Amino acid sequence: MAPILELEGITKRFPGVLANDNIRFSLEEGEIHGLLGENGAGKTTLMNILYGLYHPDEGKIRIRGQSVRIASSGDAIRAGIGMVHQHFMLIPVFTVTENVMLGDEPTGFAGILDRESTAKRIREISSTYGLEVDPGAHVSTLPVGVQQRVEIIKLLYREANILIFDEPTSVLTPQEADQLFRIMRSLAESGKSIIFITHKLREVLDVCDRITVIRQGRAIGTTTPQKADNRKLASMMVGREVVLEVKKSKAKPSALTLRVENLKVLSDRNTLAVNGLSFDLRGGEILGIAGVQGNGQTELVEALTGLRHPVEGRIELLGADVTRGTPRQITELGTAHIPEDRQRDGLVLSYPVADNLVLNTYYIQPFTERVVLQPDAILRYSEGLIDAFDIRTPSSLVDVGNLSGGNQQKVIVARELSRPIKLLIAAQPTRGLDVGSIEYIHSRLVEKRDQGVAVLLVSTELDEIMQLSDRIAVMYRGQIVDVVAIEEASKERIGLLMAGVLSEGQKA
Amino acid sequence: MTDAEKKAKNAKKSAISVFFEEVSRSSLIVPILAILSGLLLGGILVGLSSESVYSVWSQSPFLAISNGFKAAWESYVTLVTGALGSPSRIIAAIQGGDGLEIRRAFNPIFESLVRSIPYIFGGLAVSLGFRSGLFNIGVEGQIFMGGIFSVWVGYSFTGLPALIHIPFAFVAGALGGALWGFIPGLLKAKTGGHEVINTIMMNYVAFRLTDWLLREPMRREGSTNPLSPIIEESAMLPQFFDEPIRFHFGFFIALAVAALVYWFLFKTKWGFDLRTVGANPHAARYAGMNIVRSTIVAMSLSGALAGMAGANELLGVNHHLSQSFSPGYGFDSIALALLGRNHPLGVVLAALLFGTLRNGATRMQAAAGIPIDIISVMQAIILAFIAAPAIVRTIFRLKEPRKAEAEIHVRGWGGS
Repeated sequence: MAPILELEGITKRFPGVLANDNIRFSLEEGEIHGLLGENGAGKTTLMNILYGLYHPDEGKIRIRGQSVRIASSGDAIRAGIGMVHQHFMLIPVFTVTENVMLGDEPTGFAGILDRESTAKRIREISSTYGLEVDPGAHVSTLPVGVQQRVEIIKLLYREANILIFDEPTSVLTPQEADQLFRIMRSLAESGKSIIFITHKLREVLDVCDRITVIRQGRAIGTTTPQKADNRKLASMMVGREVVLEVKKSKAKPSALTLRVENLKVLSDRNTLAVNGLSFDLRGGEILGIAGVQGNGQTELVEALTGLRHPVEGRIELLGADVTRGTPRQITELGTAHIPEDRQRDGLVLSYPVADNLVLNTYYIQPFTERVVLQPDAILRYSEGLIDAFDIRTPSSLVDVGNLSGGNQQKVIVARELSRPIKLLIAAQPTRGLDVGSIEYIHSRLVEKRDQGVAVLLVSTELDEIMQLSDRIAVMYRGQIVDVVAIEEASKERIGLLMAGVLSEGQKA
Repeated sequence: MTDAEKKAKNAKKSAISVFFEEVSRSSLIVPILAILSGLLLGGILVGLSSESVYSVWSQSPFLAISNGFKAAWESYVTLVTGALGSPSRIIAAIQGGDGLEIRRAFNPIFESLVRSIPYIFGGLAVSLGFRSGLFNIGVEGQIFMGGIFSVWVGYSFTGLPALIHIPFAFVAGALGGALWGFIPGLLKAKTGGHEVINTIMMNYVAFRLTDWLLREPMRREGSTNPLSPIIEESAMLPQFFDEPIRFHFGFFIALAVAALVYWFLFKTKWGFDLRTVGANPHAARYAGMNIVRSTIVAMSLSGALAGMAGANELLGVNHHLSQSFSPGYGFDSIALALLGRNHPLGVVLAALLFGTLRNGATRMQAAAGIPIDIISVMQAIILAFIAAPAIVRTIFRLKEPRKAEAEIHVRGWGGS
């Protein structure tokens, strides 16, 4: 029998880039097929072609042996292809039912919406595939994991047979991710075919039947979890041997650098995002802040860097009270900040690399003499950093928006780490980066620690936290529920803490 | 594709096609094509609104259409000669050797320059705002404030030498405009009140303030019309020629200010602050820049530049304040800044174009009876094409611009 989906010789060119180069890919009925590759490898382009958002320059798409033309997402939906996007396409103020019916609303007499029939279908789908959800609930009140289920239900409601999951675990706790994998398996068992896009090795090995690795627009090879392991997949992805473990010696904590006491910070919606949080951080150690996204980490970092003023509590940096300090004061005291949203906060995309490399030092000598900028000094400095940090750019005058994600992050890392610093706050420093860049940034963080810098690492990637931290503080609903030394930490223990489950003897 | 392959491929293309490709990707082509499209559509409008088309339509549609073309062509000829002067008249005047006649023959081109000066200041005001992420719609009101302040200094101080009086009055005008920019800037920075709304409101305040001042406190003695006293001669910007050429020193001030704005925006740390806040306020805050301060500074400076437009008009051309000394320079400046891509050099070029069109249109109205509004329509069409470059690119089948040319100037249009 022909595979349910075949891609043959798909080629897609963008100006100056060959995004997909003669890619061959097949999906069997009832199979979970992992599509593994670094960011920018061409996974998303390939899936956008399949979903009708791009048109391939060459190549064929066949469904059950029949050649098809997919010119729009409408065609894709009619062909039974559905996609769970990385960023959910849900309207928060609508109910689950309304979200599911959106775009294809069943109507009764005089165009009145027929919510009940949709709700009934949702309940059927829920019970068939184990996707528990209340059709009447407003989406904004649902946890992220459940919102994702709504996305899946949307596809099943439209009777999609080929489901594409685009980096679905990036917003989930480890427990929620496991739950998602169970759902994916039950979907596959009932005959749905799944393409699972990810850059996380562990996940493909856990859940997939087959794995195809994409590198630089080319399908490098297809394998199975039985025949592959972490190391092999990583080297297929990157094209060379990769050091997956960060080598680091035991930390030698020195003087107290940062002290946070009973900190309370409001979110944009005026809720207490950080609710009475305290910790100490010493030079020469990495404190990892673990937690599911949206538990106050963003607000905590903003408060520490002066971008948001706390309503209560105290922040002491090297003995100075910086509770209500400005970003510039805090920077000048020796703080480096790798921001969570690098394109929003960390870079001016329409500025050249050189200007971005002096974004927070442009006003001091030698970059400014009196009030006049010194382009020569700025250029000379940035050329040096481009070399030292191996930033891949045609020149230091190219706009930073034209660089790849990994190189954009290197610009920030170069800027922040090349100053004399005492404290490094790294928020999601490797989010969305390729294995090579992750490796590089990790080793730089450890290097800074060994030089005696206090490092605060905020990450939702548990693997990253476990690899780098000397101590792990787990954040849940604006509080640190526990601080665990790395020797005593296990993935299970941290994962439970991230979900707000306290260890024995801690229950209040 | 390797570099070598690319080169080989490029070499195969003819030099012309490579040149065209380069031009079509450069950032100049859209404004230029927008201007051409505006002229073309304007011509069609002139043809359509010409009576000679409809009067002969029933006899011969062909003749009617050709009349339409003739009308459009004639009006553009009048426009150009009205704006730049007629070559035959210039030659005749030079041969005749009569000074007045020569000045008259050359007057159109100088008058175009005179009309360009307020546009240069106004365009600089808008683009400094845009570059700082602010949409200053209040230029018109700031021009009036600049006019009020400079005229007051111009007529109420007597006995000052010109070397002191002129700068004094000019700076007073800049301060007046700066005040009118400072208020919405402060409101934006401290309360988040949107500058678009507040500058529009400040316009009305400035207009009505002008009305009131001209009715009572500033009315010329013995005059029943709402006109201010004429300024002292020592406050008038020097002119270089005798009647009727009104070309004055303001033109050189405007060019110098444009150079200064360029230096400030692109060569100083202050300009870096403002541009960064405009390009990405989040990153600016992260980098330790003071958004509140830069918002207030940018609005005040933008207002000051607009105020200079008012001071320039009154000290250089009108010499007294009236309710209608600005025929909407401030509003045209918004279009002009976009056309000039918010770059001081582009603004100067666009201002010269707008000044020329406006001047030509005045003559066209007098000579050919074409309403001056046709120029406003043309400007509107040009602006529409500039604001929606996709239209121009589609019509002329141009390639996408290089990614680096991020559309900085469209931020601020009601964006955050």
